[in-house]
Amino acid sequence: MKAKQRFFLAVVVLGLLMTGPFCVTSLLIWLDMQDKERAMLTELLLSRLPIGTMMTVFGFAIGVGVLNWLFKQYVEGLLRMAETLRLMLGANRNFRVNPEGPPEVQQLARAANDLAQQRNALMDDVDAQIAAAKASVEQEKNRLAALMSELAQAVVVCNLDGRILLYNNRARLQFKALAQGPTSASGGALIGLGRSIFSILEKSQVQHAQDVIRQRLASGKTAMANFITTLRGGQLLRVQMVPVLAGGEGGEGMSGYVLTVENITRNIEQEARRDQVLHSLTEGSRSALGNIRAAVTNVIDYPEMEPELRERFLKVVGDEVAAMSQRLDQTMAEFSDSMKTRWPLEDILGIDLVAAAQRRVEDKLGLPTKTEGMDDALWVKADSFSLVFALLYLAGKLQDHYEPRELRFRLSSEGRLAYLDLIWAGPAMSSETFYTWEMDPMQAGGESTPMSLRDVIDRHGGEIWYQREKAAHRAFFRFVLPVATPEAGQEEERVRGSGRPEYYDFDLFGSRDDSIDLDRKLSELTYTVFDTETTGLEPSNGDEIIQIGAARIVNNRILRQEVFNQLVDPEIPLKPESIPIHGISEDMVRGQPNIDIVLPAFHQFCEDTVLIAHNAAFDMRFLQLKEERTGIRFSQPVLDTLLLSAVVHPNQESHKLDVILERLGIVIDKRHNALEDAFATGEVFLKMIPLLEEKGIVTVRQALEAAEKTYFARVKY
Amino acid sequence: MAKKILIVDDEPNIVISLEFLMKKEGFEVAVAGDGEEALAKVATFGPDLMLLDVMMPKKSGFEVCEALRADPARAGLLIVMLTAKGRDTEVAKGIALGADAYVTKPFSTKELVAKVKEMLAA
Repeated sequence: MKAKQRFFLAVVVLGLLMTGPFCVTSLLIWLDMQDKERAMLTELLLSRLPIGTMMTVFGFAIGVGVLNWLFKQYVEGLLRMAETLRLMLGANRNFRVNPEGPPEVQQLARAANDLAQQRNALMDDVDAQIAAAKASVEQEKNRLAALMSELAQAVVVCNLDGRILLYNNRARLQFKALAQGPTSASGGALIGLGRSIFSILEKSQVQHAQDVIRQRLASGKTAMANFITTLRGGQLLRVQMVPVLAGGEGGEGMSGYVLTVENITRNIEQEARRDQVLHSLTEGSRSALGNIRAAVTNVIDYPEMEPELRERFLKVVGDEVAAMSQRLDQTMAEFSDSMKTRWPLEDILGIDLVAAAQRRVEDKLGLPTKTEGMDDALWVKADSFSLVFALLYLAGKLQDHYEPRELRFRLSSEGRLAYLDLIWAGPAMSSETFYTWEMDPMQAGGESTPMSLRDVIDRHGGEIWYQREKAAHRAFFRFVLPVATPEAGQEEERVRGSGRPEYYDFDLFGSRDDSIDLDRKLSELTYTVFDTETTGLEPSNGDEIIQIGAARIVNNRILRQEVFNQLVDPEIPLKPESIPIHGISEDMVRGQPNIDIVLPAFHQFCEDTVLIAHNAAFDMRFLQLKEERTGIRFSQPVLDTLLLSAVVHPNQESHKLDVILERLGIVIDKRHNALEDAFATGEVFLKMIPLLEEKGIVTVRQALEAAEKTYFARVKY
Repeated sequence: MAKKILIVDDEPNIVISLEFLMKKEGFEVAVAGDGEEALAKVATFGPDLMLLDVMMPKKSGFEVCEALRADPARAGLLIVMLTAKGRDTEVAKGIALGADAYVTKPFSTKELVAKVKEMLAA
């Protein structure tokens, strides 16, 4: 407020200047006068006092006006300019001072702009050089991360505190599949950069593995440790740990570790079932076999025994043999799946298999193919290479013998059996012909294999037969294959495909301890930046949240892959006038989880982070109103970009998000969707960190205190 | 005087063979169908050797064996465990609990008889 004080001082001086000389002159004259003259003067003056005073006041007012104008133009104008100059210096160097006000100030502005231009050019040059240097390092990192992301194993890299530095897509899918919960983010929230691996894996087990590795390192053995861990819900994971060595001169120190994670629940279950079969067939038979053996030996060894006794021994044999046969049947029925051949079959989507076969048939044989009655959602267990080859082989045989114009594929299922049919129109074929086709080594499209069609079928534990559709004058080969239950997440993987997301941040290697410490630097903490869409602006009047969008900021970077984006059923009608603002309609929110379900998931998502929102008081009010009902408290510190903007730029009129974005030179394509707004708010916050630092605000505590002092902090919802 | 043998098994289909065999060999034979009955018969019948099945209702063969070995008055009683459990861990357990021999089903009756005779002769 120094400028304000100077302004008042100037007004006082003006007042003194206007009245001072007159008063002093009057006083001197007055002292010089005789009594008579004084009386006369008093009379003269008093009668004209009003007009004199009026003139003085009028003059003073004009004077103050002029002073105020000058102040606004020069002092405040320059102050504003200084602020924008600071802005150019820090956050947005493309920002330019708008030349306004008196010509001198405009000249100054232009000069400043020119300087900024020159500085820009210099900085661009430096930036380009730095970028070039960085690029090669970055490229290395990217290559590594890309490699990781394409791996079929789930890989997670952690630092010694268990904070996640890297994870690949497979890991994301695997842990997502493990998580229970109705919302999109519950569980997906579990894995994330900077998050603790101990929310997924048992801390003591991980630490034990670390100890094992240290010991092995010390004794010069291959540093590796394995453990199997059980998760909530009884899933079994096999985890392999290898150390990330610190490198440098020190050498052997461990700075982190790589975990390869495999979900072995299914394997273990299958193995357990096989064991059971084996057990029931071996151990289960011992007793019965013992009885039979003893009885039979008696009968053989003592041929002269009484007929009645012999009868009894023979009955023992009869009974035991019958019981054994029955048990064998029972075992086969129960465990038929586990008894199948152990050729490794993969789970594959039926339509993918057919598409592959179609391509091969058309390429190799030039035979057109079509599909009909396709079950799109059917997964089968298959060795796709041999199966596709078998289909090609049959297609080739059909082409040679019956010259069909086209072939059709059909895919259906019945219980645990999948039917893949190869259909053609033509005359009936003899079963002998098909028998030779089945048993001969296969040859098709210039390739051959020692395997027969029968071998392929056996490998799948399946069957094949020839069948006629008399009415349609066509016939088909039916492949029977086992149906697969795909692991969750596989579907999604198909859709996602390529593109390497931000699943790594090696700069976290050194960082320690992610609990919130208010005295740590703003740039070091982990944040959750969020925004809500609501039915209206009055939380205390029954307005409800309809969407929560949030993203994490870790190590000064917004993680666009680790987001929380959830529509919420407000359980009250939407206000029609609000729909154009948030673009969310009734049918979008109906059937979504309600706030009682979403809030706990969101709470988990922002665990151990500082919250950030634009006009946070508004969003927090909504969350607080639900505290009692859901028992969920958001007790972490909250930073408000609106208040921080007022801290950084106290002389700017508007602190709306759009205006700030423009001021800080942030370009955002979409807005007014909770997640997009959360991203925008995050960008704003990241730009503000250096600006706050310029003002001496470095820690979270300082930021919170400064925000509290701004005018806007007093607005209540 | 003929040696006494107690056959303990809940499965009549093996008991019939064992009983026949042992009688043919000239032993005096008694039969018990479960663990508790076995302990009672040991007291009344006073066998020299016991063919003891492991898997039985009420008291398992292991329990019977333990109880008998805890009784110093029965120190001379020979125990041959018969079992359908062939894993070596179970064999080790039977021997550890004080069985004198351990026979896994299915067994050769000839060998069993030979073994019983040999044990009683020693």
